[in-house]
Amino acid sequence: MEDNNLNISRKKSLLMNRRELLKGLATVPVLGAVAYGVYKKKSYEHYRKNTIIRELDMSMDEPEAPVKSEGEEIRIGLIGFGIRGKQLSQALGFILPEQLDELREAALTNKNDSRYLDFKEQEDLNVRITAVCDIFDTYGKQAQEAAANIHRGGKGSVMGDPVKRYLNYKDLIAAPDVDAIVIASPDHWHGPMTIEAARAGKHVYCEKPLTWTVEETYDVRNVVKESGIIFQLGHQGRQTDAYQKAREAIEKGVLGPVTLIEVTTNRNSPNGAWVYPIHEDANPQTIDWEQFIGPAPWHDFSLERFFRWRCWWDYSTGLSGDLLTHEYDSINQIMDVGIPHSAVSSGGVYFFKDGRTVPDVLQTVFEFPDKNLTVLYSATLASQLRRGKKVMGHDAYMEMGNTLTIYPDQRSTRYAENIERGIIKPDMPIYSYIPGRGVDAVTSATERYFAERGLLYAYRGGRRVDTTHLHLKEWIDAIRNGVQPSCDIDQAFEEAMAAHMGTLAYHHKKQIFWDKENEQIIV
Amino acid sequence: MTINLNAVNLNQLTWLVILRIVIGWHFLYEGLVKVFNPSWTSYGYLMDSQGFLSSFFQSLALNQGVIGVVDLINQWGLVLVGLGLVLGIFTRLSTLAGMTLLAFYYFAHPPFPGLEYSLPSEGDYFLVSKVAIEFVAMGILIVFPTGRIIGLDRIVFRNKHL
Repeated sequence: MEDNNLNISRKKSLLMNRRELLKGLATVPVLGAVAYGVYKKKSYEHYRKNTIIRELDMSMDEPEAPVKSEGEEIRIGLIGFGIRGKQLSQALGFILPEQLDELREAALTNKNDSRYLDFKEQEDLNVRITAVCDIFDTYGKQAQEAAANIHRGGKGSVMGDPVKRYLNYKDLIAAPDVDAIVIASPDHWHGPMTIEAARAGKHVYCEKPLTWTVEETYDVRNVVKESGIIFQLGHQGRQTDAYQKAREAIEKGVLGPVTLIEVTTNRNSPNGAWVYPIHEDANPQTIDWEQFIGPAPWHDFSLERFFRWRCWWDYSTGLSGDLLTHEYDSINQIMDVGIPHSAVSSGGVYFFKDGRTVPDVLQTVFEFPDKNLTVLYSATLASQLRRGKKVMGHDAYMEMGNTLTIYPDQRSTRYAENIERGIIKPDMPIYSYIPGRGVDAVTSATERYFAERGLLYAYRGGRRVDTTHLHLKEWIDAIRNGVQPSCDIDQAFEEAMAAHMGTLAYHHKKQIFWDKENEQIIV
Repeated sequence: MTINLNAVNLNQLTWLVILRIVIGWHFLYEGLVKVFNPSWTSYGYLMDSQGFLSSFFQSLALNQGVIGVVDLINQWGLVLVGLGLVLGIFTRLSTLAGMTLLAFYYFAHPPFPGLEYSLPSEGDYFLVSKVAIEFVAMGILIVFPTGRIIGLDRIVFRNKHL
């Protein structure tokens, strides 16, 4: 009887334990359901992604981080210390002390402003600015100060040896302690300065566009080629990771036949329209006006013309030379289009009626019949609408910028099967590249929103980099290795001729042709 | 304050457990998807932060060292909270941790009038968003710690009086 009771109570307790256990573990099966969901999602994404990757045959690697520049110190002569000259100097590692203070201040008040840190971390290219030249005294002195700031310090910090300022660019080029010249002068001086430097055997980094007139373009190319100097034209877009990926997409035929490319410029501020501030120190005593005029038609001293020279054909190449060239060069970079067969342009001075002669609205259409391609450039300096660069192919189109996104075309032949199978979705990208975030075939909507809003920044090898710095670095490395960089004199020649064709079409109000055999523009 | 769960009838208990499981499910799935996505980061979300704490959230994103930790806490925090709620193990601790995460999400993207986000919302919210509702629902789970009735806490805390 007792035994029996004991048995019952043991059984009861076992039963209790089992019930306890069941209640304790009751919800465990839910985990299986969640795990199944995760597994299904992953395997579907994996399948879709792999199918798309196989179909596109694009490399999924990040572009390599730049290798540190090594080699002998290169001594640079800097011509021009205006807005762009200051930027180039900074990209070489030499900043005005007060400008560094400003950057530091800006970084303290705005945590999103990384310019100070970016500059401090910018690679030391092992170059020195040994000579500077600017025809405005204040800029000339500033250039000396920046060039001597070898420790990248702020105001009051230790400077290097004083750097000589030349009053005439010819003397700077002739200086024995200068190996290479950086040209950041107005457009009408690019050609003569490059020729002078090349004749003296000095390497040249010249701001775009290559030339101001058609005629000098031939001379510049000849002299640069004969001299054997290392030449780089200042289209820093060449260093944009996304463009390098875009080139691969073109080479692999991801877009199918490309028939139309639309490139644009949209700005909407006086600064964007070249109405730059006039420096308070500027007057006929502090500016060498005659040297400014140089090859341009004579005009009496004008502060407006000196600081806002881009607004006059007398010194400028207008939208064509200043901004269309960036767009054209990016297309030439990814597709090797060469000089267009023809150009037509139209536009006018529609908003900034401030006495300028160059248009503030311009449309230029380039035809490339041997490539079955039209390139449409459309610009206004009075609307900020962001239109981007759109490369339209039969199978897909891509949007190029700091990021690269490729969308399939709903009526694509190449992707028809995968579109039908639901693997490729016409409204979803099949390829996207976000610098620092890598390459993907299946991007989440969230990520694309952030990327489009510029909330994901341009990184290379995990660090934010300035493309101008990379472009100068490529030139410096090319000098050390005796090779030509990416935007060499041939690319520059094509860029200049394309820009001049656009400008001539605007002036003559007719279609302008390029005679390929004789290398002549036919008006 | 904890409500004496002995006073809760089976119907009420069932719905409380279901509430716990679905919230846990939500956390767990969100967490696992992030864990299994090697390129996931909270960077964009944090940079899109608005409101009076936005500079704090953006500074988290901009600090290269911190963002990695923030990402890890998010990924594994969500997974652990999810597991805790689904399994009913360390239920109160998990619930509190989950509520902390939700509070961060709420204040990173507060649904206050006048704030607009890059990421479009699927609905319209004024002060009360789905994050806020989930937070409140988890408040209920704190006072009804059902893990000690249906869940592993029943075994973990079996020697303790309910």
